[in-house]
Amino acid sequence: MAIESLAVLTEAGKHEDLFDVIVRSDCVERGVTPDESIAQMTALYGAIRRAQAGYDPALRSRSGMVGGDGARMRAYASSGKTICGEYIGTVLAQALEMGESNACMKCIVAAPTAGSCGVLPAVLLPYQEREGLDDAAMVRALYVAGAIGQVIAQKASIAGAAGGCQAEIGTASAMGAAALCYLAGGSAEAVCHAAAMAIKSLLGLVCDPVAGLVEVPCVKRNAAGAMIAMSSADLALASIRSAVPPDEVVDAMREVGDRMDVSLRETGLGGVAATPFGQAVSEKMNTMI
Amino acid sequence: MNLFDILGPVMVGPSSSHTAGAVRIGRMARRLLGEGTPQTVKIALSGSFAATGQGHGTDRALVAGLLGMQTDDERIPDSFEAAQEAGMAFAFSRVNLSGEHPNTAKLELTGRSGKALSMTASSLGGGRIMVVEMNGLRVSFSGDLPTLIVQNRDQPGHVRDVSGVLADDGVNIATLHLYRDYPGGSAVMIIETDKVVPEESLDTLRAIRGITGVTFVSAEKEG
Repeated sequence: MAIESLAVLTEAGKHEDLFDVIVRSDCVERGVTPDESIAQMTALYGAIRRAQAGYDPALRSRSGMVGGDGARMRAYASSGKTICGEYIGTVLAQALEMGESNACMKCIVAAPTAGSCGVLPAVLLPYQEREGLDDAAMVRALYVAGAIGQVIAQKASIAGAAGGCQAEIGTASAMGAAALCYLAGGSAEAVCHAAAMAIKSLLGLVCDPVAGLVEVPCVKRNAAGAMIAMSSADLALASIRSAVPPDEVVDAMREVGDRMDVSLRETGLGGVAATPFGQAVSEKMNTMI
Repeated sequence: MNLFDILGPVMVGPSSSHTAGAVRIGRMARRLLGEGTPQTVKIALSGSFAATGQGHGTDRALVAGLLGMQTDDERIPDSFEAAQEAGMAFAFSRVNLSGEHPNTAKLELTGRSGKALSMTASSLGGGRIMVVEMNGLRVSFSGDLPTLIVQNRDQPGHVRDVSGVLADDGVNIATLHLYRDYPGGSAVMIIETDKVVPEESLDTLRAIRGITGVTFVSAEKEG
């Protein structure tokens, strides 16, 4: 069975665990065995863990704009003075660290893109530690996250150049919301509504990277995407549902992306990229090659 | 897109198109040359590759690929130094390849034997690439499937020669495209197959009169 919509996923999840549904779909799609599929996903989770461990607070990106914020946030998170509390502070730190590692040419796992690689690790790694879950549980959640991403890629887009940042951070946030909701025991319906509520919160977000680089505002948007993933998962787990059916939310995401001006789709011409600061960085980078 | 197009690739950042795709373009050029690490490489960057390539490490990623590195190789940021150690000379320039995809590079390689290759390729997003020019001929292939590249004189019979050899070896053709510069001039066949073409088949093809070059690149295994 091809997972072509959130309605299909919700329906299939009424009869069996979403993990089993999605593994079977992957086996059909790629012509692999369940063992091969799960081994590949387990390796991917290992790569996420290695990327987490590889963070170096001393690194700076080629432009010099990015680096060190993850360490700053981690120190502050344990200060006892945070507004959001220590746990969320750790989530924010993890998001920043992964985004900074990416900008500083460290090895990361695109999820769904390199620019949005911090959201999923930020919501999953601290949750695993807090709940004492084993890696197998996290791998199961990755399947759920991946299936949500697949539906969005098929019905809308996961590329900033095509759909703006809502397609990247928005998709990552939806994937994170779904994964958390699944791990916390939410139904398939709740999982899909968690994803939809995350998308709605980030609908219309433009892709406006300064100097065209995956640095500003990309890294910090990973922190915002992680927060919305968590709040959306909690809403869904409280039995709150998206008033707009989840598939219609994804359709709206596509329509918004299609209508988005080209200056706001990864061209570095609009939004914060077009500010005097953004233009000055762009000129500086242009003279470097 | 399959599940592992969404989750993955495992890659050195910051950009799947400007970094991972650039590594794959470099690798593809190295594999098409077919002589290991090239001796000299000239790389011209166009469009967004030229404008934002430095900040994205596109330059280092291309060199890393030319040295045979994969997209997840932690040595990518230090590829310039690695090239020096490997004795590969390289030079960058900017070019305006109007009409091409914004993320495009043109590479000119010379191998240890003196063999030359020119290749233009675009990075399409998500790390996927497309070769759009090879040795002056307009082509189009991604390297996602095993790919056989046959250069020949543009004259009757060579498609039969090649498809016959593949049929004899039980290799199924997935796609077949023909390109040429002018009638009777140089032609190239790009054949995507469902499995690896055996070395003996490549030798059989190389021995055929009128066939001037045979290159096979297996599908890339993800890192």
